[in-house]
Amino acid sequence: MIQKIIPSVAEALRDIADGSTIFISGFGGAGLPILLLDALLEQGAKNLTLISNNAGASGVGIAKLVGAGRVKKMVCSFPRQPESGAFDELYRAGKIELELVPQGTLAERIRAGGAGIGGFYTPTGFGTELAKGEDTREIDGVNYIFEKAIKADYALIKADKGDRWGNLTYHGTARNFGPVMATAARCTIAQVREVVELGALDPENIVTPGIFVKRIVQMGAAS
Amino acid sequence: MIDLSKVKKRSTADIAKRIVQDIPDGASVNLGIGQPMAISNYLPHDREILLHSENGLLGMGPLATGDQIDPDIVNAGKQSVTMLSGASLCHHADSFVMIRGGHIDICVLGAFQVSIKGDIANWRTSDPNAIPAVGGAMDLALGAKKLFVMMEHLTKSGESKLVQECTYPLTALDAVNCVYTDLATIAVTPQGLLAIDWVEGLSFEELQEISNVALINSQS
Repeated sequence: MIQKIIPSVAEALRDIADGSTIFISGFGGAGLPILLLDALLEQGAKNLTLISNNAGASGVGIAKLVGAGRVKKMVCSFPRQPESGAFDELYRAGKIELELVPQGTLAERIRAGGAGIGGFYTPTGFGTELAKGEDTREIDGVNYIFEKAIKADYALIKADKGDRWGNLTYHGTARNFGPVMATAARCTIAQVREVVELGALDPENIVTPGIFVKRIVQMGAAS
Repeated sequence: MIDLSKVKKRSTADIAKRIVQDIPDGASVNLGIGQPMAISNYLPHDREILLHSENGLLGMGPLATGDQIDPDIVNAGKQSVTMLSGASLCHHADSFVMIRGGHIDICVLGAFQVSIKGDIANWRTSDPNAIPAVGGAMDLALGAKKLFVMMEHLTKSGESKLVQECTYPLTALDAVNCVYTDLATIAVTPQGLLAIDWVEGLSFEELQEISNVALINSQS
């Protein structure tokens, strides 16, 4: 029997070790897996590399982990956010590493990681300071730079509904990075608003097929 | 020095309305964070224009108010928005397939500088204390079929933002098609910068002088 529903958040995150690389879904607050992030703070893993669009805002979620000194490196497209105070201070003090990646390149690097592609050539960033040191290539008269795929140990994502096989649906623009991150992590953990019976999700509407998901925690689950 | 006090500068609303004249029926359009977002207030009702938001929404409606507010439905600036009938949602990689793959007709971005070759600098200044943040600007600048820039013509200290070569860090090379400012509309062409129109009270010669780069007069 396949049973991916985990009754407690702590159990779902039990094996996240120090030094792990973790995808975090979300674009600003939409799609940010707050339940899992708060549990990760509780769990204690440190020296983390977090890959997410932003570097935390308003003192919640990623901002709490950054503020608690648990993050050694952020890979993101837009760290500057209202009240992203913790990140700004640590960055200026040289206490947190930043890899700045254009947003579309970030999404595609993760997609490539999940699709078994080693990297790809993109025109984005050609001739800019973010392309320094990258391989370049001209293809059919267009200049491209090489970008390497990204994989991670874990993906913490927020979805709307999930079943025990790991199938997921999303709500609104909270979908954002969730579906691609789910494909590129060794272990994807999803927080869902609602766990539903197997068969309750219309196969036509499932966005993330269960094969990409290892663990599901329902909002309001035991800590 | 040209006295600009006699000139009726275009307001943000005026520039937005001018840009709307160049957005055809059926176009898919991405509006950058900041000033370009004002354009959504002036879209004509007799044209169907699909607004794209890079966080995975095509067919974005006006800002949400009251009961319409859903924290999971936001625009690129993280404001709550509505979805039009016919809107569609997708994940981030597909959203940037729309952008990078050339499926978006027009993108409108703000800028610090635009060069005579159409290079754009809009993502960071040279301030070493600023936290660098690029977002989707580099993908948008060269992915959309046409890139429009909406900006003030001059910096606060009166220098032209149209330049021979960008001195701020580049966002993309050879990407801009047309620049809409508070003083003029200027197309980037293989022959150089073509002044399409400019505000009342300003002569072409004066526009040329304050722009500080060679302009071609489309009206002569």
